[in-house]
Amino acid sequence: MSKEMTIHLKYWKQNGPNDRGHFEEYTLDSVNEHMSFLEMLDVLNEELILADKEPVEFDYDCREGICGSCNLVINGQAHGPKERVAACQLHMRNYKDGDHITIEPPRAASFPVIKDLVVDRSAFDRIIEAGGYVSIKTGSATEANSILIQKEKADEAFDYATCIGCGACVAACPNASASLFTGAKIAHLNKLPQGEIERSNRVVAMVDQMKEEGFGDCSNFAECEAVCPVGISISAIAEMRKDYMKAVMSGD
Amino acid sequence: MPSFTKALNSQVGRKIMTGITGIGLMLFLVGHLVGNLSIFGEENAFNLYTHTLESLGPLLYVIEAALAFFFLYHAILGISIWRQRKKARPEGYNTYKTKGGPSHQTLASKSMIISGAIILIFLVLHIWHFKFGPTYMTTIDGTQMRDLKKLVIEEFNKPLVSLSYIAVLAITILHLSHGAWSAFTSLGMKHGETSKKVQVGAYIFAIVLMLGFISIPLYILVSGSV
Repeated sequence: MSKEMTIHLKYWKQNGPNDRGHFEEYTLDSVNEHMSFLEMLDVLNEELILADKEPVEFDYDCREGICGSCNLVINGQAHGPKERVAACQLHMRNYKDGDHITIEPPRAASFPVIKDLVVDRSAFDRIIEAGGYVSIKTGSATEANSILIQKEKADEAFDYATCIGCGACVAACPNASASLFTGAKIAHLNKLPQGEIERSNRVVAMVDQMKEEGFGDCSNFAECEAVCPVGISISAIAEMRKDYMKAVMSGD
Repeated sequence: MPSFTKALNSQVGRKIMTGITGIGLMLFLVGHLVGNLSIFGEENAFNLYTHTLESLGPLLYVIEAALAFFFLYHAILGISIWRQRKKARPEGYNTYKTKGGPSHQTLASKSMIISGAIILIFLVLHIWHFKFGPTYMTTIDGTQMRDLKKLVIEEFNKPLVSLSYIAVLAITILHLSHGAWSAFTSLGMKHGETSKKVQVGAYIFAIVLMLGFISIPLYILVSGSV
């Protein structure tokens, strides 16, 4: 038998970037413990629609922790209370009957609210555009193993490449810094021989773009690492700093 | 490539300079403490030490200017980072909670701007208090020199003065316990086993250093002299 719970919700409603926004409250009486957090929000919206009220908008796509669309700040924690879990894979069994849950969008000037809990994260796209790419030979595909990479290097690059760009790092950072995202995106390419060609330009361009977008500075709180659904370490930021220093010192 | 100025103003450059100036200031504090502790040494040790410093002449001005530069640069960066945070998140959360685990969000890290501001105000008062305080003179081995030891003992016999010093020094423990770890992280230290040891080292460094400083006003307040 699965348990049914009563959950008291308080969620953010905002009609666009220029609206002031406010909280609304709703109590769900029969939340199944096996529901995911987003399924619980689906139930909320069904009830709101049936009651002729406007549903609450939230971002989602894959619902399996891969796409990085969901980015809810749940009771003040990005992606909720569990470590290394995206909000879509958070289950209601982590809550108790009668719990109060506050849901807010990531709050950052660089992530303007589109509606309710949905924010515009195209600032991340522009950071990627600035340097998050590699030059490759087009035409017929080359032999996949023509460039050999040390196993440890490949693993390290892969650890950084697991970033799904959800923006939880920005949401949780007391300074609203995008350093973990930017650091991970730089490190995963700079660790590999394929990324070597644009190495210096990449780190400088992406760090500049991050500032251009209006994110805050990194103060080494490491809160980003704690909330990252794929567990990216702030070592990514260390890599970014070292590469940036190298780029400046080498002068190329 | 970015110009040197642009690099210094980038978000990476700002943090690296905060770290470098921070490490410089920590080294200064170590030197300052070693010098101060001579007050517990033989009778004239402290006055001879301060006299030697004052006899450095132009070199002293260079050192003082460098120190002032480090303090100001560090403070300006700190204030600027704090102001940027207000711009980057104009509307705060209704509820906000750290997730713990690898997070370094502690009372110390969250209050860097406050502890820093207190230290900065203290610094001004401290220089005004001793460097530009009353000048007592004494003669040691035929040389006339400033009797700073007399002033220190006189001042720390006032409970309000010594207790304020102790309070500010205790707050400095907070600032250093995060700062001494954060500085190395800003200079590219990864978040692994070494980082954990550096954090423990930062706690020990902050506590030992500040207890050293605190020992002087505390000893004088309790015993009346040295």
